[in-house]
Parts: sequence; C-alpha cells; structure tokens
Amino acid sequence: MIASKKKFKLGSIEPIVFRTVNTIIMLIVIVVMLYPFWNTVAVSLNNPQDTLKGGITLFPRIFSTYNYETVFKNRLLLIASVNSVLRTGISTILGVIVAAMIAYVLSRPEFLWRKFATRYFLVTMYVSAGLIPNYFLIRDLGMINDFSVYILPGLVSVFNVIVVRSYIKSLPSSLFEAAFIDGVGHFRCFLLIAMPCSKPVLATVALWCAVGAWNSWFDTFIYCSSDENLTTLQYEMMKMLAAAMSSSSRSGDAIYQAGQAASNMVTPVSIRAAITVVAAVPILVVYPFLQKYFVKGVMIGSVKE
Amino acid sequence: MTELNPALPRATKKWKKTLRLYSQQKSLFFMILPWMIFTFIFNYLPLTGWIMAFQNFRPGKGYWKSPFVGFDQFAFLFREQGFWRAFRNTLAMSTMNLVFGFVFAIGFALLLNEIKNTYFKRTVQTISYLPHFLSWIIVCGLISNILSTSDGAFNNLLMWLGIIDKPILWLGEPKYFWWIVAFANVWKETGWNSIIYLAAMSSIDTSLYEACEIDGGNRYRKMWHITLPGIRPTILVLLIMNLGFILNAGFEVQYLFGRGLVMDVSETIDIFVLKYGITLGNYSLATAAGIFKSVISIFMIVTTNYLSGKIEDERLF
Repeated sequence: MIASKKKFKLGSIEPIVFRTVNTIIMLIVIVVMLYPFWNTVAVSLNNPQDTLKGGITLFPRIFSTYNYETVFKNRLLLIASVNSVLRTGISTILGVIVAAMIAYVLSRPEFLWRKFATRYFLVTMYVSAGLIPNYFLIRDLGMINDFSVYILPGLVSVFNVIVVRSYIKSLPSSLFEAAFIDGVGHFRCFLLIAMPCSKPVLATVALWCAVGAWNSWFDTFIYCSSDENLTTLQYEMMKMLAAAMSSSSRSGDAIYQAGQAASNMVTPVSIRAAITVVAAVPILVVYPFLQKYFVKGVMIGSVKE
Repeated sequence: MTELNPALPRATKKWKKTLRLYSQQKSLFFMILPWMIFTFIFNYLPLTGWIMAFQNFRPGKGYWKSPFVGFDQFAFLFREQGFWRAFRNTLAMSTMNLVFGFVFAIGFALLLNEIKNTYFKRTVQTISYLPHFLSWIIVCGLISNILSTSDGAFNNLLMWLGIIDKPILWLGEPKYFWWIVAFANVWKETGWNSIIYLAAMSSIDTSLYEACEIDGGNRYRKMWHITLPGIRPTILVLLIMNLGFILNAGFEVQYLFGRGLVMDVSETIDIFVLKYGITLGNYSLATAAGIFKSVISIFMIVTTNYLSGKIEDERLF
C-alpha cells in the first residue's frame, strides 16, 4: 500500500519538477544571452569617470549622455556611419531584386538552361578562389579604394537565390499559367506576380542582406583601409578593439600592425560601449518584427536543393 | 508559322525547333544572363589566379611572365611547421565548434519544445536570436569585457561563487583559447541554429506521442524515441552542409585575441594566408594554402554527401 502510494506521488511530482527546472534553465539562457549587451548599454549611459571605478552591472550609476555626444561629434565616426548606412541600403535593395530575378528564372520548369544554370550558381557556394586571387581581381578591376567594392562582389548570393527559388516553386502554378494564357510575358510575370507573392521570403532575404552588409568589416580592411572617406562603423570598431588588445598584450607581429596603424590611441571603455550600441541597435530594433518571416525563411533554406 | 517544311533535312528541322524554343524564352535569358556573366567575373575569373600557386609570382611580371615552379610552393608549404600548426588549430577549433554547436542547439530546442506557455516560449526564442545579429567584432568586444581581469563579469561570478580567489587572465592563457572560441560560437549561434530543429519538431506527427503515452512512455522516452529520430534527417543534412566548411573556424576571435603566447593555438589557415599573402607579400605560398583549403572542403562535401546517400538516403545534391 505504502509503496504504491509513494510511486503515485513520484509520478505526479515529476512534471512539476521538470517544468520548474526547465523554466530555470530558460531564465538562465535569457540572462546569458542578454547580459553582455545589456551591460554595455548601461556602461555607455554612465559617466565615463565613474565607469572606471567598476561595478556597473545592469543600470548606469551616474547617468550621462557624454559618451554618445563624443561619438556623434567625431568626424571619422560620422563618415563611417554614413558609409555603413549607404552600403547597407544599396546592397539590400539590389541584393533582393537580383536574388528574386535569378530565382524566378531558375524556378521556371521550361527554362532551357535550368539544370546547367542552377549548378553553375551552386558551385560558387563551395569553391572560392581565396583571398589573394580575389584581391588581384579587385585590383585589376580598379575597385581598390572605391565604394563599389562594398556592393558588387557580394551582389549575387547563391544561398538567397535558393531560398527564394524554393518559395516561388511552392506557389500554386495556376497563378502563373493564368497569366501566361493572358499573354503576360516573363518580365511582367516576375514583377507583377512572383515578386508580390513572395513578400515573406523577400523580407527574410532583405534582413540577411542588411545584416551581412551592416556587419562586414573585412572588405574595408583589405580593400579600402587607406581611404578614410570609405571607412565603416564595424571597421572603426575593429581598429579600436585591436588597439585596446595590443595595449594589454604587446605583440610585435607585423600582421596586427596593419589594423592598428590608423589608431594608436586606446579608446576608453565607455566610448567603445557607446559605439557598440550605435553599431548594434539598428539591427536589434528590426529583427524581432521580422521574426515570423525569417523563421520561415530558415525552414525553406533547409529544404534540400 | 509553326509548320516546318517536310522537305528540309532532319538536322535543319531540329535546329530550327531549338532556335524557336530559345527565342520564346529570350526574356528569361535576358533576366539571368547578366547575372551569370557577373558571377563569372567575381567567382570564376579569380580561379585563374590559382596559377600563382604553381609559379614564383611577382606582381610586376604578372601571370604570363612569372617563372613556373611546378609544385615547389606546395612542397615548401607542407614542410613549413607554421602551416601544420595552423592546420591543426583550424581543425581543432572548427571540430569543437561543430560538436558543441550541434549539441547545444539540439539540446536547447528539445528543452524549449517542452515549454508549454507560448508567450514565454516566444520571448526566450526572440532573445536567443539576439547574439546572431551582432557582428563578430561586437561579440569580440563583449567577450573582452566579460572575461576582463578588472571587473569582468565572468571573473566576478566565479569569485562570488568561491571557485577562484583571484581573477584569471582568460584571454592570455593558451589552454583556454579553444574553449573561448567554442563557447563564443555557442553563445552566438545556439538560438539561431535551434530554429531549424524546432521547426522539424513541430512537424512530427502528434499521434506518435499519443501512442507512446498509451504504451506508458514518459517524457524522456518520448524525447529519445520520437523527437530525436524525427529530426534525424534535419541533423544529417545540416551535418553534411557544415562538414564542407570544416576548415572555416571563424576569423575575428582568432585575429583579435590571438597575440603573444596564445598565437601558437590561435593561428588558423585564414590568418596564415593573410600573414603570408598581404603582410609578407608571398602571394604564391598564400594562394597554395588557399587551394589546399578549397580542395579539402570539396573533398569533405563530396564524401559526406556520398556516405549519407548510402546510409540514410539523405543527399544534398
């Protein structure tokens, strides 16, 4: 009797224990994911002298907008912000249109080169010439220290093409057939039917394009580091971080001096925090609203070939 | 217009038919050919640069006049200790990233799948994506703050828990470096990678769970016998895709934090290429290292694709 009673109790307690433990784990996940950035926001809004004393965790101790004023008064950072916004805007608009156009053609079953063209694009996902040959190509095309280097090399994203193509393929074919019977050509069919019908997936692709363009710094580093007018936010952050790192541990290696050449001054922690927030917030504000779209986009992207 | 003259020879008829098909689709070609040319310029044309790896390339002389040296660059590369060190580091870090990335994403998805409160579930999910949208540069900045010896959150936490009694210089010790890279990746991508598993889980037939319940299976049995097998195809496809990138261990963390003593364990093939190619100007050697990387990637993707086709009937191509 006692044994069976005990067993019954254990069985009824288990779901509660599991649910509690699971909820605690999830709360820990929230803290771990959120804290590093939250802390940076707090530091960025705190008085810089006070920050040096340490101990800033969740909220600023002495509120101050000094760090942000310093950031927005800095000419170089202003240029960097303008460039980052420009390259993000242009690459996103062009990237979405190009991906949709290629995807539409590859989704047409009657297209004569469908198989060949699909493979032609897919290969580039896995075979890359590497840093040095690409550098020589960009140099030979005269794109060193030129804004076009931010837009053109990454314009065709094969991954995005595949995602959009899968989506267009999943649309009912009667949609297109009706248009063809009415004598609508492919170009108008693409503009007036395929594009509007695939808005959710185009939103996903736009987000990916924007995140990629906004977050990249390596192209600035390799191709445009000698022209101050072409600098970007992420590249400026990289320089500051590199300077801060090398001040904490000396390294005579030539490779790191490239990144430090332009900024030998170590930027204070609180200013860096403000720049971090400026560089992260545009995307962090947008992504929660696009969540339902990109979750769908990731799922389509995982559908094989 | 569509009628063909029967007197014409067969070949001409066929040729005319093809021509007519192409002319019908000229708008499709008009839409895609510019981008095929574009892709040719930016993705295929630089492949001709691989010729440098078989030369003693001098930028002043160009591809045509630089002397050919056959496989000498590769021979030199394979004798170079720094290269094998970079190879070992790359392989170690990317393997750790791969294993931890899969385990954490699947584990997180399994636990999140058990949360019944939709609002809480969605909040956790949204927050877990946040690090994915931060650039690696920002993430590196955050890592250096968190692991700092002066008032860094991680050291503070460990001291508060009484695990250590004075701050540890995490970024200065070679033995911690690979773990820092692995957990930085886990932190950044777990939430994002779990999307796909959660989606796969939501498409599992619910009657399977009911059947398991009737058979007396508890929560853990359901996870092990239904949920995990249900997402196995997804896991396999992702594994194949990721094995193709096995020599991409990331760049920024190693580049920014790999200095001083840590350099021995942090230098990857990408950094090796950057060092020899851009800083030291040894273009041929750097290109050879790049080719080595590409060849391994192609070999990996073809092999895993073939093997999973044999074993599981899950293939990418």
